[in-house]
Amino acid sequence: MYIYDNYDQQIVEDRVKQFRDQTRRYFAGELSEDEFLPLRLQNGLYVQRQAPMLRIAVPYGLMSSKQIRMLAHITRKYDKSYAHITTRTNVQLNWPALEDVPDILADLASVQMHAIQTSGNCIRNTTTDQFAGVARDELVDPRPWCELIRQWSTFHPEFARLPRKFKIAVNGCTNDRAATEVHDIGLEAVHNDAGELGFRVLVGGGLGRTPIVGSCINEFLPWPHLLSYLEAILRVYNRFGRRDNKFKARIKILVKALSPEVFAERVNEEWLHIKDGPITLTQEEVDRISQHFTDPDYLILEDQDEALAKLDEQHPGFARWRSRNVTAHKKPGYAAVTLSLKKTGIAPGDVTDKQLDAIADLADTYSFSEARNTHEQNIVLADVEQSKLFELWQQLREHGFATPNIGLLTDIICCPGGDFCNLANAKSIPIAEAIQNRFDSLDYIFDIGDLDLNISGCMNACGHHHVGNIGILGVDKKGAEFYQVSLGGNSGRAATLGKILGPAFAQDDIPDVISKLIDVYIEHRTPEEHFIDTFQRIGIKTFKERVYASNN
Amino acid sequence: MPLIIKNDQVIEDQWTLLSADAQLEDVLQTQQAIVPLTLWQQHKNQLKPIKPLGVWLDAHEVIEDLADDLTFFDVIALNFPAFTDGRHFSSARLLRERYAYTGEVRAIGDVLRDQLYFMQRCGFDAYVIRSDRCPHDALKSLTELSVSYQAAYDQNLPLYRRRSA
Repeated sequence: MYIYDNYDQQIVEDRVKQFRDQTRRYFAGELSEDEFLPLRLQNGLYVQRQAPMLRIAVPYGLMSSKQIRMLAHITRKYDKSYAHITTRTNVQLNWPALEDVPDILADLASVQMHAIQTSGNCIRNTTTDQFAGVARDELVDPRPWCELIRQWSTFHPEFARLPRKFKIAVNGCTNDRAATEVHDIGLEAVHNDAGELGFRVLVGGGLGRTPIVGSCINEFLPWPHLLSYLEAILRVYNRFGRRDNKFKARIKILVKALSPEVFAERVNEEWLHIKDGPITLTQEEVDRISQHFTDPDYLILEDQDEALAKLDEQHPGFARWRSRNVTAHKKPGYAAVTLSLKKTGIAPGDVTDKQLDAIADLADTYSFSEARNTHEQNIVLADVEQSKLFELWQQLREHGFATPNIGLLTDIICCPGGDFCNLANAKSIPIAEAIQNRFDSLDYIFDIGDLDLNISGCMNACGHHHVGNIGILGVDKKGAEFYQVSLGGNSGRAATLGKILGPAFAQDDIPDVISKLIDVYIEHRTPEEHFIDTFQRIGIKTFKERVYASNN
Repeated sequence: MPLIIKNDQVIEDQWTLLSADAQLEDVLQTQQAIVPLTLWQQHKNQLKPIKPLGVWLDAHEVIEDLADDLTFFDVIALNFPAFTDGRHFSSARLLRERYAYTGEVRAIGDVLRDQLYFMQRCGFDAYVIRSDRCPHDALKSLTELSVSYQAAYDQNLPLYRRRSA
């Protein structure tokens, strides 16, 4: 992973001092609430229902065991001994005291971490595939490009007061596990016919109030021009994006208003002025960054198919876990393991300090001392020897990470919701729990198979409900919490947005509604169909009739 | 005279900012006036002989509208209706980097300490701090961050062209 040099370290240390002084000025009354707001937000600090909420940056999800131990320490020292993994692969604390935040930042800086631009109207954490560097379907490792974007976007002076937040995702695989089509900018690393590396550039995708799939404005951007082209996009957005209405301020509204073609022309005009200037990327810099993302010291191993199959026979639980939580690796004899943070009864994405310490130890023992947060709110150990999977599984069970539900109905993406978040219209965590309780039979959720169920507590869509195969959105109806259900969303390649099923439901009805939707799928599916396939074939009507008919 | 920050120092301001509804005669009666863009556009010929002269743009006004006239101005002031508005961060860079404007680029309006670091990097060299705040205090922000990754007006090379091995 990327290791700071003196320059990088200086930047985070200066930031700690700067934020310490901003906090002091706030408490001294030299900064008003309103004036402190953008400053603390750009440092990931929300003031929420119960307490401030601090979002710590985890660039493209990658953490060392040392950093994970520091996170565990921070949750113990300054919070209630747990943390939450967000859908932007960051780590969130729900209960820090405002006056402690400068000290938390100082602790983070000591392990090359920070909270810069994890919130506010600026360029946020760049995300990518949780299997970057190890995926079998990878064409280009996206991590060096994410790091280049991280450095370019960190305190970019021109884009420090954008109309609204701005999210970039990079994908380098055949499949798209980074949801690039629903980002403000989605970058897909590609090679042209001459074998040169470049990026296909999508803009104006996003969820929130106006969900929309991004439009391609450049089929092939040669890599040396990546940053100048991003700068051109951001400049057009910064100058001409709407600032009169918060709900129309994302870049997607500007792209839609101008049309993607006209927006592309505007970007091109701007780009022609700055193209080939000093921010043209150099091979030396790409090499410098890339050397931090070379393969670890893999052993020469062979795949363990037979031995693992034998273990599967003896231990059905292991077989189950392996079928859902273990992913093929590019190196023979290795596998990527997903630790499920979706155990029933625990808020999706929550981890305790003890669990964080355990993850750090497991990363040291089994995975070259690194782990990754995923945007589905789980944690990945990316480089595990297949011959150690069984022993790792036993340890994961002890620590509560072995729920074999990755990609299944109970692997729910869920925002903090009304229990924690000021913006939320409704709670989301109790809904996730009620659904997990309803579907408590592993045999049954295995039989249901691949299914993304995503829950957001409000229109801001932090739980990505639009791209859930089943999406649930908390809405406020005359002061009461209701839930709108949508079907057919998908965040992968050729992303689609879910269609609203019909009128919203009361909280208590949601498990029944989900059961009925699953019944329809089970009755209509062909042997090879996942939920999304059946939905696409038979359409929403059958689902709708079942759910609403029985309400009468 | 009100105090402003100019070239990293607090000094007394010599200029007078004319409001958006100012008329031609107001300019003629003012020493060192900064005139609204629309007034300049309406009375260019009468205003051109006046030296020194400044002009100011509101947040929605674009620098391209002034691009051919830059030599007439000693000051170009860019207005921030709110401290959260970053449109003129881009305008300042364009003025300096694209149009090679060498006069004063001044931030006016809702200008507070914590914007200054970014503004300076974009090419501003003068700041009229909101009147309820202290310019001496605001000055401190210019040196809070000592390293920057990006190329901008103050540093035309990105860090990756400056890093020593």
